[in-house]
Amino acid sequence: MIKVEGLTKRYANHIAVDNISFEVGRGQIVGFLGPNGAGKTTTMRVLTCFMPPTSGSVRVGEYDVLEQPMEVKKRIGYLPETPPLYPEMEVGEYLDFVGRLKGLRGESLAKRIDEVAEKCSVTDVKSKLIGKLSKGYRQRVGLAQAIIHNPDVLILDEPTSGLDPQQIIETRDLIKGLAGNHTIILSTHILPEVEQICEQVIIIAKGKLVATDTVANLTSRLRGAETVALEVMPRSGAPLNPGEVQQRLERVTGVSRVFSKAAHDGVLGFTVESQQGQHVRPELARAVIEAGWNLNELHAVGLSLEEIFLELTGAPKQDVAAPHATTISAAGDNS
Amino acid sequence: MNTLTIFRKELNSYFRSPIAYGVMAFFALITGYFFYIAVAYFVQMGIQSSMMGQSQPMNVNESVIRPLFGNISVIGLFIIPMITMRLFAEEKRTGTIELLITSPVTDLEIILGKWLAAVALYASILLVSLLSMVTLFMYGNPDWRPVLVGYLGLLLQGGCLLAIGTFISTWTRNQIVAGVAGFSVCLLLWVLDWLSSFQDSVGAKVVAYLSVLQHFDSFSKGVLDSKDILYYLSAIFIGLFLTARSLESLRWRA
Repeated sequence: MIKVEGLTKRYANHIAVDNISFEVGRGQIVGFLGPNGAGKTTTMRVLTCFMPPTSGSVRVGEYDVLEQPMEVKKRIGYLPETPPLYPEMEVGEYLDFVGRLKGLRGESLAKRIDEVAEKCSVTDVKSKLIGKLSKGYRQRVGLAQAIIHNPDVLILDEPTSGLDPQQIIETRDLIKGLAGNHTIILSTHILPEVEQICEQVIIIAKGKLVATDTVANLTSRLRGAETVALEVMPRSGAPLNPGEVQQRLERVTGVSRVFSKAAHDGVLGFTVESQQGQHVRPELARAVIEAGWNLNELHAVGLSLEEIFLELTGAPKQDVAAPHATTISAAGDNS
Repeated sequence: MNTLTIFRKELNSYFRSPIAYGVMAFFALITGYFFYIAVAYFVQMGIQSSMMGQSQPMNVNESVIRPLFGNISVIGLFIIPMITMRLFAEEKRTGTIELLITSPVTDLEIILGKWLAAVALYASILLVSLLSMVTLFMYGNPDWRPVLVGYLGLLLQGGCLLAIGTFISTWTRNQIVAGVAGFSVCLLLWVLDWLSSFQDSVGAKVVAYLSVLQHFDSFSKGVLDSKDILYYLSAIFIGLFLTARSLESLRWRA
């Protein structure tokens, strides 16, 4: 559906996007991931024909953005980082305006306005001035605007930025609901968002493509071994000796390393890394029980996109992992 | 068709913001004042000449309508930047320009829609002055043809300055900057012909030819001069052409 080959965008004194190539199939949801200033918005602006590429070719469907921009524009719905809203307009009127811009008229326009308003749950504010809406509603009106002409491709630039947690969840659900009908590219610098919504990730940093794959593939590609988080509790009142527990866990076959996490209320937390291809969870459970302790928790931890990202970009860990106490325990906190 | 969509949206937002009403009120006040002065002076002269026993025919067109048109054309210089300053600057500031440019409409349709809306607003502001004209027709019998020509001239002059103002509005994302720059350019285009009042060189004549107001003179007299019509039409064309270029460069630089 979308084919980008050797896309480069150069500004007067720096290169925003440097020789990026990727492909997106019909109906896929793709996460466009990278830190701020990585070139996400620039790439999206080229895709939407907002600006031309310096070199390289970008095709949407069978149309090239330079040769047939009108055809591309007809097939693309775009939600920029700040929703393009006119505060002095009413929601219904605004959707009517955008619908007309996209080439809808008459009966079908009225029908589409009702449909997208329903889909994005803005029906109840249709006769309200956009300037008086809350941020969450504005974002939804922005989404309604992007899908009004039922485009093949939907491009969303940081659709959840600046929303509160409740609104973020609503917006993500809305986007997931749109999948299937549209090919969706959404950019974000929030990694868990990609894990939740997208099937495929395109990671860029400093204008360069770092990786493009499915979330699952990326994870397994980067690590062959399993990481397990577990919590151990004493069965009786006597507190456990962390060193002793750690040693016991290390003796389990297949375990390569054990990290101790902070203990609270007598519960000891550990992160266990297994050797390549070993499934250590049953053995770990047995070891804990046989030692006479209580097993409070035991689960496999997927490698987080934070870690994938750091791995791929080769950035020092502390730069990105700031909100998490340790890079090892960070993994479980994201999902 | 897309031009109409943008035209309607622009005109709507004009009448939803206080700008349109503010400018209209300002215009009504000033033209009303000028009209009162012109009429009062005319009446006084009439009384004087009849007291002195002279029965020279007095011409309403020549002594009231012509100076009134002259004044309105100068007032236009002041209100036009207020009309055009938001056209593109506001879209750039709020980011809605991205919606327009990524929609399947051409730059020309966007520009024409916006410019025509500005012309329509200017025309509806000019309508306010029609009130003064109607009074003249009620109490006197001026020739209506020069009035028509005068309004045509005002529209052409307005159209040309609005095109220039639209162009200036693409420069910045700040309305105030666009307004001040637009006003400066309008002012400059007005005073250009002052040079020719005391210099007779070719250079002075060329500079004076560029002056917007100079070309309005024939219209205010009720004369349709193809040279002046051509001047305004080409100025409109150049203004809109530059807007298109500017919009294009905006995308390359964006």
